[in-house]
Amino acid sequence: MIRFLIKGLIRDKSRSALPIIVVAIGVMLTVFMHAYIAGIMGDTIEMNARFSEGHMKVTTRAYAAEIDQVPNDLAILEADGLVSKLENQFAGVSWASRIKFGGLIDAPDENGETKAQGPAMGIGIDLLSTESEEPARLNLTKSLVRGQMPRQSGEVLISDHFATKLGVNIGDPVTLIGSTMEGGMSMYNFTVAGTLSFGMEAMDRGTIIADLTDVGKALQMEGAAGEILGFLPDGFYDHEEAVKMAEAFNAGYSGDQDEYAPQMVALGQQEKMSFYVELSEVWLYYISLIFIIAMSLVLWNAGLLGGLRRYGEVGIRLAMGEEKRHVYVTMIWESVFIGLAGSVVGTGIGLFCAWLLQKYGLDISGMMEGSSVMMPSVIRARITPPDLWLGFFPGLLSTVIGTMLSGIGIFKRQTARLFKELEA
Amino acid sequence: MENSVIISIEKLVKQFPMGQGVFTALNEIDLTVQKGEFSGLIGPSGSGKTTLLNIVGSLDAPTRGEATVLGQPISKLGPREAARLRKENLGFIFQSYNLLQVHTVYENVEFPLLLLNIQAAERRKMVMDALEWVGLTSKEKSKPPQLSGGECQRVAIARAMVKRPSLVLADEPTANLDAANSHHILQTMVKLNEELGTTFLFATHDEKVISYLRRKIYLLDGKIDKIEHVAVNDTVPS
Ligand SMILES: Nc1ncnc2c1ncn2[C@@H]1O[C@H](COP(=O)(O)OP(=O)(O)OP(=O)(O)O)[C@@H](O)[C@H]1O
Ligand SMILES: [Mg+2]
Repeated sequence: MIRFLIKGLIRDKSRSALPIIVVAIGVMLTVFMHAYIAGIMGDTIEMNARFSEGHMKVTTRAYAAEIDQVPNDLAILEADGLVSKLENQFAGVSWASRIKFGGLIDAPDENGETKAQGPAMGIGIDLLSTESEEPARLNLTKSLVRGQMPRQSGEVLISDHFATKLGVNIGDPVTLIGSTMEGGMSMYNFTVAGTLSFGMEAMDRGTIIADLTDVGKALQMEGAAGEILGFLPDGFYDHEEAVKMAEAFNAGYSGDQDEYAPQMVALGQQEKMSFYVELSEVWLYYISLIFIIAMSLVLWNAGLLGGLRRYGEVGIRLAMGEEKRHVYVTMIWESVFIGLAGSVVGTGIGLFCAWLLQKYGLDISGMMEGSSVMMPSVIRARITPPDLWLGFFPGLLSTVIGTMLSGIGIFKRQTARLFKELEA
Repeated sequence: MENSVIISIEKLVKQFPMGQGVFTALNEIDLTVQKGEFSGLIGPSGSGKTTLLNIVGSLDAPTRGEATVLGQPISKLGPREAARLRKENLGFIFQSYNLLQVHTVYENVEFPLLLLNIQAAERRKMVMDALEWVGLTSKEKSKPPQLSGGECQRVAIARAMVKRPSLVLADEPTANLDAANSHHILQTMVKLNEELGTTFLFATHDEKVISYLRRKIYLLDGKIDKIEHVAVNDTVPS
């Protein structure tokens, strides 16, 4: 009997190959879309994390309160001590001190007279020590357009666009005009070692990247750090994990009233990013839901049609003395196999496509020109555990439920009526 | 002769809902069929032949009255018992063959035996016997779409006969066949009736079929109009 059914299933392409293809396509699209969106959302979050927010960020309470103004007068003073403390408390997390600063970049001519000036957004990072992860984190080597990476103190990188605007070349001096921690004016000379293009309009407009120690000297805040960024070990933002760490850290200072006491916030807790993190979760949720519903409808229909097409066969089997229940159960078993096969194939192909897009990426930098949002210029999918079941179960369930419903339609009919329709 | 009754119908009424009221398709039918008969329900379209055959075949239930088939009261059978009656004792032949299109001739004929859980070797023998009765042993691997109408109906006969049922119900079996093929399959059925003692009950208005029947049960507007017996000698034109 089972062999008889399997033969029927395999030979009747409209009962096997066709529905399997339909299921597989639906499942594949669901899996792929989910990984694709997870990838874009994730990349955008990671990009913001690496360039400015960290997965967690430690500042003084006072700094955090006015973080938009980059209030370096409220910076963490003994930054290295705090970093060691953080490293002890949170094994595996990588911590990096940074100073963000604003100022004017002045490009002098041969006589030392101002040739051009422009407003700059600066980041001081650990550029020079060999074990520093920061250059890689900011993708500096790959973003280099002209020149080379700074090798000694006093050397800086500036965005290529900015350099062109100022008429500055490699090896030329530039002067940073900023304000000290105490509020006084500071002037500090740098040499341009290289120019950068990030592929992000927001970063390419006027960025200058200098070594943390130099920036400390320039702004008279040696040993201090505006922000200490933490990065989770596996390289991806995990909201729950980050929040847990922030809470653990902040608990240690709960009795402290000092407004210069450090505090930690997770990326998703920052006003600017929380919306995005929430959005990405909601988005994933809705997109998945829409796909699952659409797919279920299609598969359900396919199941219904498949069932209706089989009136004749069902009638014959009943006339031969097979029980209605048995016919029904065998049809459902068939749909389980169809659903399984389609869902396995679909999940496989979907994961493969997602993997291709995860590994090789899709360059959309051409489309991103002029955008001020910090978005990745290469789209990558990101495969996450839900991809394994997100398409699989709806694919299986909707096939089986579709068959169940169509089966009920058939079996509510009088057997004799089935024959009337059969004869017609 | 009492224990050789295979179908016994008493005051059988079948009504279908129609608009506000009901339509009476069978009206107080009384009929007895003996084992081994080769008889048929004859009547114009709409006279109730198929309806009666369906009730005898436990595919439909009576509204009132009773049809007892092989000792089983149809109106009292649950779906399980009805299926079992069909599976073990009844064979069906339809006007439109109703073969499973993706299965071979062999598999179509084998199907009723699968339902009966008969062993593979025994099954093979029974299927080949049935194919031999209808002269189709050479086509066992063909599928219905590759067969002529006459061949399809012969497969259907083999399928109905393979389990050697007590009763075969044939609803307009020749309606889609030409004269030569009609005679061919009728002769086959007569032969099976004689050799295996299988009871045949037809529903037809085809003169060719009628000429083979030994008992002609005329239906008109859901009632039995008259019954004609044919003496054994002057029947079968062979
Ligand atoms: N399910 C049903 N619902 C309503 N009316 C029905 C139903 N089945 C049969 N009838 C009616 O019962 C009457 C008898 O139908 P039946 O099919 O038994 O006729 P028949 O003698 O087999 O005719 P034919 O020679 O055309 O096959 C017809 O008038 C038909 O319309
Ligand atoms: Mg009829």
